[in-house]
Amino acid sequence: MRPRGPVWLAAPAVLVLLLVLAYPLAIVVWRSFTDPAVGFDNYVWFFQSAVNRTVLQRTFVVAAWVTLVSLICAYPYAYAMTIVGKNVRLVLILCVLVPFWLSGVVRTLAWVILLQDSGVINSILRGLGLSPVKLIRTLPGVIIGMTQVLLPFMILPIYSVMRGIDTRLLQAARSLGAKPWRAFLQIYVPLSLPGVYAGVIIVFILSLGFYITPALLGGPRSTMLSSLVQNQVLSLLNWGRGGAMGVVLLVATFVLLAIAAPLMRQKHSSTRREA
Amino acid sequence: MPSFSRVLLGLFCLLVAVLLLAPTLVVIPMSFNGNKSLAFPPDGFSWQWYQNFFTNPDWTTSFTNSLLIALIVAVVATVVGTLAAFGVTRAAGRTGGLLRAILITPMVVPGVVLAIGIYAVYLDTHLVGTVAGFVLAHTMLAIPFVLIAVQASLEVFDRRLETAASSLGANRLTVFRTVTLPLILPGLLSGALFAFITSFDEIIVALFITSPYLKTLPVQIYTSITRDADPTVAAVGTLLFLATSLIIIAGLLFGMRRGRT
Repeated sequence: MRPRGPVWLAAPAVLVLLLVLAYPLAIVVWRSFTDPAVGFDNYVWFFQSAVNRTVLQRTFVVAAWVTLVSLICAYPYAYAMTIVGKNVRLVLILCVLVPFWLSGVVRTLAWVILLQDSGVINSILRGLGLSPVKLIRTLPGVIIGMTQVLLPFMILPIYSVMRGIDTRLLQAARSLGAKPWRAFLQIYVPLSLPGVYAGVIIVFILSLGFYITPALLGGPRSTMLSSLVQNQVLSLLNWGRGGAMGVVLLVATFVLLAIAAPLMRQKHSSTRREA
Repeated sequence: MPSFSRVLLGLFCLLVAVLLLAPTLVVIPMSFNGNKSLAFPPDGFSWQWYQNFFTNPDWTTSFTNSLLIALIVAVVATVVGTLAAFGVTRAAGRTGGLLRAILITPMVVPGVVLAIGIYAVYLDTHLVGTVAGFVLAHTMLAIPFVLIAVQASLEVFDRRLETAASSLGANRLTVFRTVTLPLILPGLLSGALFAFITSFDEIIVALFITSPYLKTLPVQIYTSITRDADPTVAAVGTLLFLATSLIIIAGLLFGMRRGRT
């Protein structure tokens, strides 16, 4: 009784997940194969339509851009967080945590105000005598907004790994004659990689399924897969096609997770060693 | 690192910090706009959008709905998630790891896919536009956050303390109440806070299962942004920004004080 007992404490949580996660997802998969007729029609339709293929491709391209830009911003920032004094670190952490916990709708609203035709950026450009640029309802606008919204998800895992790196290793390398940059690239960067992998996979996966920011900042030429799913189900009431798109998104997410799982596990072992 | 690279790093980080925080600050001047417009720069000064938020029933009811749902979710998800954390941490062998992987899947499933599935189920079971429907869906989304927070405090928890208490004659409930609970309380409270915020901010599932009779605050903000340029959203945004910042500053200061003692 004793050794098996504790597992059952998870039963209520598992029940909630079965009711509002597993069962709903099963219905989505089921309808994608049965609505309106049994078979692969919805998938054939999805992959034969040039519009859908463009949107699918665009979703991956946007996710890749957002991941790349946030990695470039996050890596030096997370590194700086580990080398500054206590008070500066507190300010840097605050700058990450406030956007991390602030409602995504509010942060997207801010980007609408900034990027719109009568927005902050364009009024500054006009003030400088330059011609305004179209930012809202364009792909660059979507990428800028998404990067800012998702940046904390890249910084936090990288920081949590970097914090555990023993910097005496760098001093050791330098005392053995390595140039500072060489020591950094050969010792520090490889040790920080598990955090980078975790950040990259989290941001990429969240980008693939992102809905609110692209919906509010994007236009017809920057539609992402999530908006297409929403449109099929709520506007066209086409559960089969919407479901098939959803399943494509779901499969892509889990394939990526499966590929990344070994790298993530490496992260766990390294954090445990630190503890 | 040479000092030149340090200066460069400092400048770059300043830029990133500005990118993280500054864009959101733009909602503050917009919230005092004298005109009903979100165009920049704001024109004139008025408190009318704050007044509108606190008096217009569209905004007040959606705010109280969100508050009610988030409070229930915080309680339910904390109880369910804490039990699960015990199950995961104290399960034998691989079971714990597998269970944990299953229980954190809500964090990675794309929001829209989940939303259409829940919408389909709720249409059949008449849960669309009900508090129970929102609570159930948000509890599922909040469980991973509670699990992670409580598990973190359970992993550093010395189980010999429980054994000691039992050997001194305490029954299992007394051990939990007087030894285990006080020690994991910080993890439990941060889990409850995460659950509250998860529910209070949740928008994608909410957009699908909302009804004209039951809207949450994020849904009201979203529809307001898409329908008209009403600066009330900026006023709400400013209030949420201030509330979030205060909670985090309080949390950081609290953490620092505990770390020092």
